[in-house]
Amino acid sequence: MSSPKATLEKLPRGVQVLLGVGALALAAFPFVPVDGRDFYLQMITQMMILAIFAMSLDLLQGVTGLVSLGHAAYFGLAGYALAFLTPADNPVALWWSLPLAAGAAGLAALVIGFFVVRTHGIYFIMVTMAFAQMIYFLFFDNKSLGGSDGIYVYFRPDASAVGIDLENRTHFYYFTLAALIGVYLLLRRLLFSPFGRALSGIRVNEHRMRAVGYGTFGYKLAAFTLAGTLAGVAGYLWAAQTGFVNPELMGFHMSAHAIMMVILGGMGNFAGAIVGAFAFEYVMHFFKDMTKHWQLLMGGFIVLVVIVAPRGLLGLGEKMFGRNKGGRL
Amino acid sequence: MSDLLLSAQHLTKRFGGLAAVNDVSVDLFRDRIHAVIGPNGAGKSTLTNLLSGDLPPTSGQIRLNGRETAGHAPESISRLGLGRSYQKTNIFLPFTVWDNVRLAAQSRERHVPWNPIHWFSSATRMTRVNERCERAVELAGLTHRTHTVAATISHGEQRQLEIAMTLATEPTVLLLDEPLAGMGQAEAESMVALLQRLKKDHAMMLVEHDMDAVFSLADQLTVMVNGQVIASGTPGSVRADPLVQAAYLGEEH
Repeated sequence: MSSPKATLEKLPRGVQVLLGVGALALAAFPFVPVDGRDFYLQMITQMMILAIFAMSLDLLQGVTGLVSLGHAAYFGLAGYALAFLTPADNPVALWWSLPLAAGAAGLAALVIGFFVVRTHGIYFIMVTMAFAQMIYFLFFDNKSLGGSDGIYVYFRPDASAVGIDLENRTHFYYFTLAALIGVYLLLRRLLFSPFGRALSGIRVNEHRMRAVGYGTFGYKLAAFTLAGTLAGVAGYLWAAQTGFVNPELMGFHMSAHAIMMVILGGMGNFAGAIVGAFAFEYVMHFFKDMTKHWQLLMGGFIVLVVIVAPRGLLGLGEKMFGRNKGGRL
Repeated sequence: MSDLLLSAQHLTKRFGGLAAVNDVSVDLFRDRIHAVIGPNGAGKSTLTNLLSGDLPPTSGQIRLNGRETAGHAPESISRLGLGRSYQKTNIFLPFTVWDNVRLAAQSRERHVPWNPIHWFSSATRMTRVNERCERAVELAGLTHRTHTVAATISHGEQRQLEIAMTLATEPTVLLLDEPLAGMGQAEAESMVALLQRLKKDHAMMLVEHDMDAVFSLADQLTVMVNGQVIASGTPGSVRADPLVQAAYLGEEH
């Protein structure tokens, strides 16, 4: 029998308090007068977008036990969707382009998921990667899809209808923060719903789930589709923020980074994915400033964390703050 | 006469050239325990797996509560009212006893993974599920272990948990694969008492090596050797069968 995989689901009070403080700090940051404020605003916005992406993967990887090595495909597809939807001379409306782009990513996940969620373990990893590579090369080799150079997104989506100017860095920052918190709350709620409980049952023992009457295929496909859709939300924001999409967004490295973020922070509770995304990006920037051989250091750092904190940074936090006495926020 | 809830006719399962189960027929009636005995490798667990859908039969028919189920997926067979326990303990080790049983009980609710309402309701506030769960935990005698993590309870208690999960799905047909395996004397006695209590409302097939338990519980006894039934009938008649005595109970009888 494989070893039982217990994940930290209910967050201890201490971790909850830290998360709350973190959210307040993010909300307050734009008011802090620092040198290069714009640069940091942009950097943190990207971190928050990647945190949404990492959370979407955690639904598969940490909760359902499906390690996808092709999750960036859905991130990238929604980014491209925004690029195609944005005209050359004016912005596209947010209210329909965001659902459409995320929906396109979700639809791709539904179709691909229909084939991949039948497989298990190493085969699942291989097949998700194979599909993502197919999409990658579809865009890479097709001049009409932007080719290897990618496409510019000349305007950020227009959200003036609700009084938000996304061309404004601070507005975009708060919009992303709201999306981050919204997705987090949605996924936390989902984790303790009948659907979420079934997903974690599938992670622990899918065979037994079927024996007691769960059609696990439908559950896994729904999770895969939802995860693809949320990855699409992140990819849309990424394209809007950077103003540029290229095939690397759907590439192998992007998928692998998301896996590392989730492992780094701690799987199966979404808070870990946020912490992991911020930590990963921060450490990466730190090493990049230090040396051009930053990838070597990055690899060493990941290995170190996995050895010292097998349940991620949040698992370390749990150790420091005592065991599960907390609620579920 | 009791109701016939499950009827399997001429079941055969081949793995390559080996017939693990060869032309076996079993009828399970409400309020009757049908024990299946036989030496290791006789095909008893394979037979259980054919009935539960864990394995598709090579040939043969199975009727469960009036529906043809041979070759159907285990989840649909489960929802037609068949519950099974496993010879090798097959539970959710990192979850508490309650969460194990609750998950089994939840499977009797509608399965709507695509309905967003299902994503936002609270799993712990499903009244019917909680009631089913509580009943099953109590029946299996695990009330004192409700909030203990399943990996940390004793082997005997894990066997009880197997039964509790099976009961939480409110089956009419129970397939129990060696429920007494590895249990201590006292635990085995309370399990036998539990099976006796469950008998009234269930049609039960019991695969078991413990002969004392088999002869005290079984109304019907089938003996399998090398995938085939060599004798079937009341415990008394099977015990007297010379073939059985030679093949199973040993030459000295």
